[in-house]
Amino acid sequence: MKAYETVIGLEVHVELATKSKIFCGCTTQFGGDPNTHCCPVCTGMPGTLPVLNKKVVEFAMAAGLAMNCKITQHCKFDRKNYFYPDLPKAYQISQLYLPICRDGGIEIETEAGKKTIRIHEIHMEEDAGKLIHDPWEDCTLVDYNRCGVPLIEIVSEPDMRSAEEVIAYLDKLRLILQYLGVSDCKMQEGSLRADINLSVRELGAREFGTRTEMKNMNSFKAIARAIEGERKRQIELLEEGKKVIQETRRWDDNKDTSFAMRSKEDAQDYRYFPEPDLPPIEISDEWLEEIRKRQPELRDEKMLRYEKEFDIPAYDAAIITGSKHLADLFEETVALCQKPKEVSNWLMVETMRLLKEQEMEPEEITFTPGQLAALIKMVDGNKINRTVAKEVFEKIFKENVDPEEYVEKNGLGMVSDDGLLRSTIEKIIADSPQSVADYKSGKTKAMGFIVGQTMKEMKGKADPGKVNQLVKEMLDSL
Amino acid sequence: MIDITRLSALELGRKIKAKEITVAEAVQAQLEIIKQRDPDYNCYITVLEEDALAQAEQVQTRIDAGELNDSPLAGVPLAVKDNICTKGVKTTCASQILYNFEPTYDATVIEKLKEAGLIIIGKTNCDEFAMGSTTETSFFGVTKNPWNTDCVPGGSSGGSAAAVAAEEAFLALGSDTGGSIRQPAGYCGVVGIKPTYGTVSRYGLIAYASSLDQIGTFGRSVSDCAAALELISGHDIKDSTSAPQESYRYTDALVDDVMGMRIGIPKDYLGAGIEEEVKESILKAAQVLKSKGAIVEEFELHSVEFAVPSYYVIACAEASSNLSRFDGVKYGYRTSEFEGLQDVYKKSRSEGFGNEVKRRMMIGAFVLSSGYYDAFYNKALKVRALINQGFQKAFEKFDIILGPIAPETAPRLGESLSDPLKMYLSDIYTVSVNLAGLPGISLPCGVDKKGLPIGLQLIGRHFGEKDIIRAAYSFEQAGSYERPTTLTKAQGKEA
Amino acid sequence: MRITEETVQYVAALAKLNVSEEEKNKVAKDLDRILDYIETMNGLDTEGVEPMSHVLPVKNVFREDEVSNQDNREELLKNAPQRIGDSFAVPKTVE
Ligand SMILES: [Mg+2]
Ligand SMILES: [Zn+2]
Repeated sequence: MKAYETVIGLEVHVELATKSKIFCGCTTQFGGDPNTHCCPVCTGMPGTLPVLNKKVVEFAMAAGLAMNCKITQHCKFDRKNYFYPDLPKAYQISQLYLPICRDGGIEIETEAGKKTIRIHEIHMEEDAGKLIHDPWEDCTLVDYNRCGVPLIEIVSEPDMRSAEEVIAYLDKLRLILQYLGVSDCKMQEGSLRADINLSVRELGAREFGTRTEMKNMNSFKAIARAIEGERKRQIELLEEGKKVIQETRRWDDNKDTSFAMRSKEDAQDYRYFPEPDLPPIEISDEWLEEIRKRQPELRDEKMLRYEKEFDIPAYDAAIITGSKHLADLFEETVALCQKPKEVSNWLMVETMRLLKEQEMEPEEITFTPGQLAALIKMVDGNKINRTVAKEVFEKIFKENVDPEEYVEKNGLGMVSDDGLLRSTIEKIIADSPQSVADYKSGKTKAMGFIVGQTMKEMKGKADPGKVNQLVKEMLDSL
Repeated sequence: MIDITRLSALELGRKIKAKEITVAEAVQAQLEIIKQRDPDYNCYITVLEEDALAQAEQVQTRIDAGELNDSPLAGVPLAVKDNICTKGVKTTCASQILYNFEPTYDATVIEKLKEAGLIIIGKTNCDEFAMGSTTETSFFGVTKNPWNTDCVPGGSSGGSAAAVAAEEAFLALGSDTGGSIRQPAGYCGVVGIKPTYGTVSRYGLIAYASSLDQIGTFGRSVSDCAAALELISGHDIKDSTSAPQESYRYTDALVDDVMGMRIGIPKDYLGAGIEEEVKESILKAAQVLKSKGAIVEEFELHSVEFAVPSYYVIACAEASSNLSRFDGVKYGYRTSEFEGLQDVYKKSRSEGFGNEVKRRMMIGAFVLSSGYYDAFYNKALKVRALINQGFQKAFEKFDIILGPIAPETAPRLGESLSDPLKMYLSDIYTVSVNLAGLPGISLPCGVDKKGLPIGLQLIGRHFGEKDIIRAAYSFEQAGSYERPTTLTKAQGKEA
Repeated sequence: MRITEETVQYVAALAKLNVSEEEKNKVAKDLDRILDYIETMNGLDTEGVEPMSHVLPVKNVFREDEVSNQDNREELLKNAPQRIGDSFAVPKTVE
């Protein structure tokens, strides 16, 4: 078999985090009963007209700036015409001729090192509705709730060569967009979806091979599998001396293979033309500057700042800033307790452990900076020891308990009563003549056993430092 | 008892205010005339009997409470072209594909009219989706010209024009994409205004060609027509192409004075193809204005012959997109037997649309299709730019432009349909006004030997409505033109 | 003749229309004649002219990002040719 190279470009659709839809005042909230987030405008009732949500333009500009694009200061909308039941006007208002952002790029990092993936353009458009197959009625049901939710489509150049690079690219996009507050990028809710354009060519070849497009991939796992599957399929075709056909394919993750979407009926001729119902957008230098000034700190800057300002390891800073939610949690907790290293530890160790155990994403964390800060303060003030603290943290994480209340109610506070501690140690010393003898004969390690037994007896509620000190004192005075 | 339906709209409004006539009486008189005459002319697709009487009662209450003191047309019955959405009232675009469609909202113009206390008396016939120049392509049958029922009323707003001419309405709304108000007004001997693009909200007007469509008004006099336009104009946040203006008080321009007004007549409009009688009548009208002190001059507008092809490319392209939503899924006609989704689309659309609409959608799909966009669509947009420039240049020299509406008076029924190209060519004097987004008014300026009205067109600069209204009013006041006086019945008998 | 029966077939497919075999020839002739006429606009030199898609210099028309609409489902579905539950229904789109 010859050596092949995979060439991949992505078209990523991102639903923007505006309150209302792109051309009407309907809510963009996810879910809802079918057809309850709709009005005559977003369902394309005859006679209705679109009015552009200003926030959509600003979000698109912000995304473009963050991805090093040129902003098209004179831009327009166009109509993309095709028939499908999820598209009630039979055209999508999109941008072809003058997209709002062009010629950008972002840097990704994989094990092979750093690499820039160029961005061809970012354009604004409206989302379509949802089709639900009804097996009982042998019908497709149409729900227009998502119809008219604002999207940006980020089109990359064919600069990726592996699934690893694709995932790194998507992850980078996700972080940028989340940090900008432009999208929540929840793949499971479809707010970030990728179309994969993939071709293979013999290693060293100058021309691209014929590409196929796989639409609407919505999980990283599926994307990685689809890339692998499609790469193999195309190579097999070429090895057999057959040709790859340029077509749209649907990846079936259950069957682990892709299928050609029948396109007999649909000549791919979208007959784009300028949208006559929307006047052009003129982005002044001042407006652009205003957006530039409003850009928040993005991940890369934040990571560096954490290392410098909080003196935490680069590795930890990378993990924490790997999620906007985690980073926000970190900074807000630090602001409350002034203990960056402690906060970082809780996030890096216990939080990560529980996320993994619960199969959750950092975005799904529900505890608050206040809860974590309170816990850290209790440990710091010797109100509880570390063992108890872990238990309390788990309760905070899973059940959102108030840490102080929980410790109080379950009597987990540290025993600071010297009398109780002394009488307990006395009892243990009396029960462990061998250890006492060992200690006395110079085997100082034997003290550890007494301390351990005491801690056990105290159910971990004793300050280990204090126990150590007392045990030594009492053994020495024997 | 006075003959209510012969009054002008403004007179009726005054008499209602003065309590000489109640709104209910006006509505009843109007409904009575419609019942008598509409079987002959077929101006209406839907007549709102009960609903109009209910509206009358409410409006009377508001008038009595003094709420409508500033509304000169309160209580006046008005007809609405059936491509303008009326909540809960069938709005068909004269097409089978919308035969049962009841909009769930009112067009902005309808909201404004209701607010001003006018009575929506019915929905008028037109060419299917406003595509045509004769009102013969309607799914609901042809409308006949009240002055000669063997002739067409013009189109596409033929039902509105004929209703006003036949006194089946005091006023009417139409829409004008390539002459669809001005030309039928001319053929029916009434006044029709197409305002500057962006003056009247298009929200609720079922689009034919979005960059050309404008709603306008019909009346039996310039005053009525201007008063109605004043009510429906204004900036609308629901229409992004609506252009805010300082003043919409068009009735202020009802002044009999054209002293010093500079009027240009494009030589290109009076060349080959125009009927001699029409040409004479237009030149006579220019003389009238000149005798009142206007400065009248002929000039070369250029590029006139390119307006029609450019117009048809743009209009058909936009229409092919606008009309794709009629697919048997969300509203309107769905074919009764189908196998699969593609069949629902194709059969519903093939059965639901008439031939002219299908023809234009196919032309539109063609000129936008890959490989043809630049040669056709983009070229047409460039031609449009040059046509606009031509007008802008003319308006440096003139306040208004004067010319005919159509090369001939109303053709006979059936004559135009056989040859679509010939029908397209008859739009030569009207479409360039839409391409350039200018205001135009059409008013009667005489009758030909056949007894059919001849229409005069006055074109203004962008937002120059007041200029053309003033000139039209001054011309009308001179009263030096004939107009038909006798309505004919379908069998050729006098009504 | 530029417009062949195949062109008619293609354009009809784009417009989701059926054109029967018998009609095709006539439609092709009609469209061809109209397009021939339309092409007379090539007689006008438009070198260097900006295509004009909007006639007035209106620009930057926006609305603020506010939710102003309520659930309006019954109105929305009022005209539906086929309704199942709370949705529009069409013949199935996937096999
Ligand atoms: Mg897209
Ligand atoms: Zn909506």
